[in-house]
Amino acid sequence: MARPVRFNLITKDTSDRGINQVDLPQGHMGEGFFATSLDKVVGLARKNSIWPLPFATSCCGIEFMATMGSHYDLARFGSERVGFSPRQCDLLMVMGTIAKKMGPVVRQVYLQMAEPRWVMAVGACASSGGIFDTYSVLQGIDQVVPVDVYVPGCPPRPEAIIDGVLKIQDLVHNESLRRRNSEQYKALLEGYGIQ
Amino acid sequence: MPITHEHIKEKLSTHLGEHLVAWEESYGMACATVKAEHNLKTLTFLHDEPSLGFRFLTDLTAVHYPDRKGEELAVVYHLHNLVENTRLRIKIYVPIETPNVYTATGLFSGANWMERETYDFFGVNFVGHPNLIRVLNVDEMDYFPLRKEYPLEDQTRIDKDDEMFGR
Repeated sequence: MARPVRFNLITKDTSDRGINQVDLPQGHMGEGFFATSLDKVVGLARKNSIWPLPFATSCCGIEFMATMGSHYDLARFGSERVGFSPRQCDLLMVMGTIAKKMGPVVRQVYLQMAEPRWVMAVGACASSGGIFDTYSVLQGIDQVVPVDVYVPGCPPRPEAIIDGVLKIQDLVHNESLRRRNSEQYKALLEGYGIQ
Repeated sequence: MPITHEHIKEKLSTHLGEHLVAWEESYGMACATVKAEHNLKTLTFLHDEPSLGFRFLTDLTAVHYPDRKGEELAVVYHLHNLVENTRLRIKIYVPIETPNVYTATGLFSGANWMERETYDFFGVNFVGHPNLIRVLNVDEMDYFPLRKEYPLEDQTRIDKDDEMFGR
């Protein structure tokens, strides 16, 4: 039975009521089985269940609140669950100006996150210090933690933040399971004095 | 009924004599400049004298005047008589080589963090302060950022060059 009121009349497929499913990874399918590589399954699962940790210090944080709200709805991308403990989260989203005194706090939060972990610098201040070219402001969080995705803007619109999350999803999806053990990755962390 | 500036000036000059260096009334607010070593004597007198009663320290900060040789750093006290609603500024000047000023924490507990902040940004050494360490800037900072000889911009950056960023 059709619902009495339906606002969105143009959907791709009316039979599934607008519910989208992710595409199957490459593999072999037969009756009652589906075979693919573990990498792809793990990447698929991780990609669509990222738990973000919002580290919001200023106006970019307000844009993030709009992003989490019903209008832009980050939950569509599997990031419904915003965690406020770094120990549970996969993605550190630093949004806003980080003063030099806050630098060790960002670093501490990063250290408390379990591998695999990703970092997104949202906005000009987190990426480069922005307009605050001054003695008291950290000139980009990449001075204290490694950053995966930078989102430009001052502040970036919610669409830009979502685009950044999609870029993170691409990284998560395509990352080799052994990347975190690679020499290159260890050298990167070594460069930040982590382990 | 606010206290008149004449009354404050008369009381101060009687009490301090020649240690009251200058007196000005800019924009309707009185400002007395006294000798640096008499700052506590002045503040205590203004605090205790019944007809003055400046018992609230609104603000304490410093100004750096690089051109005034021998008195480069000015420490400014903003005082307020809350009963009569009268405000007063007290200024003292100290040389930048030996910026020693007696602490006002014994008189105003609120001066504690204000003096730490003034030390943090200008390097004024408040003699007798119980805990004179930085309060706002990072502990590793090895200079006093609001002194005029230090540029505003963060000097650790190498990718922001003069051509593009007008440094």
